[in-house]
Amino acid sequence: MRLIKKGIAGTLESGDISVEVEARDSGGVEIELSSTVEALFGRQLRQVIEETLKENGVEHAVVRAGDKGALDCTVRARVTTAIYRGAGSEDYRF
Amino acid sequence: MKKRLRRTMMFVPGNAPSMIRDAHIYGADSLMFDLEDSVSLGEKDAARVLVYNALKSIDYGQIEKVARINPLSTPYGAKDIEAMVKAGIDVIRLAKTETAEDILEVEALVAEAEKACGRENQVLLMAAIESALGVINAFSISTASKRMMGIALGAEDYCANLQVSRSEEGDELLFARQRIVVAAKAAGIAALDTVFSNINDMESFEKEVRFIKKLGFDGKSVVNPRQIDPVHAIYAPTQREIENALRVKAAILEAEERGSGVISLDGRMVDRPVALRAERVLEVAVACNMLKEEELQ
Repeated sequence: MRLIKKGIAGTLESGDISVEVEARDSGGVEIELSSTVEALFGRQLRQVIEETLKENGVEHAVVRAGDKGALDCTVRARVTTAIYRGAGSEDYRF
Repeated sequence: MKKRLRRTMMFVPGNAPSMIRDAHIYGADSLMFDLEDSVSLGEKDAARVLVYNALKSIDYGQIEKVARINPLSTPYGAKDIEAMVKAGIDVIRLAKTETAEDILEVEALVAEAEKACGRENQVLLMAAIESALGVINAFSISTASKRMMGIALGAEDYCANLQVSRSEEGDELLFARQRIVVAAKAAGIAALDTVFSNINDMESFEKEVRFIKKLGFDGKSVVNPRQIDPVHAIYAPTQREIENALRVKAAILEAEERGSGVISLDGRMVDRPVALRAERVLEVAVACNMLKEEELQ
């Protein structure tokens, strides 16, 4: 999936995660994460974000995420939505 | 499962992760994930993806999972169907249903999505009836598809269509409620009542639940977890009703053992309606933890 603009999804409400995904030309994926549960789940959150980017074919991007205790499925949903919004596509693959 | 208890169907806004996460802990019989009115136009995609991922990973146990989709006349309806069917939803709920054709259009898309993911003939349909035309067509809507499991009254839009205000007494809804119950029962499906929005007025809420139970509704749509227990309490059978239902069941078993088609209890014949009523009482008693399933054996 080719990102053509900054994709934003999610909120900073409890149980949610706010995600911004922005393309870059090289350097792989960089994740700037702030989370209320970073000490316990920071590694897992990063892993879910990375997996979701990979599944959607995004190789080089900066991701800024503000987590408020989101479940993995919520993280996956918000990152996916941000990617599609960034790609200007609504053609989701379910 | 087409026949099951549906005393409470709780609305869960489709773009609220914390509510989606916690929805199953309150004991509602069905959860209705809303992709329609509770989701703003700019967030339709986000809600669809969120509910899809939640359904794929959260174990809601035996609770029935319903998705209220956007109308097919919008750019969102068909996408909602594809996502929800592939996520494993039990029931698709159509809003503002007015004719049998509305059901057939959705059914075709449901069948297509089922085929694409290998879960054919599993997804049921229900329709919210929210206009005068929908009320008039309640029976043809109820019988439009073998997938139909229920119809529900949506009172706000119905009242707007009738150009009347909603009153505490609900006189303006009486005809629609009675017609919906009768249409649903004639079609052999469930009838669900509209929501009661003022969550702080529990007294009026309970009064309304007692009334709709008397009319024949199978249950009520609820908007807040606090409304669940009162509905279940009102729908719970009395101890006397349970004892009587157990005796009816014992009489049926005894007649079966004797090879007799004639069932009697206390000198009175137990006919089919009596047996069905007893069955329903026992089913609700088990759901209310007033009876253990083992005690039915």
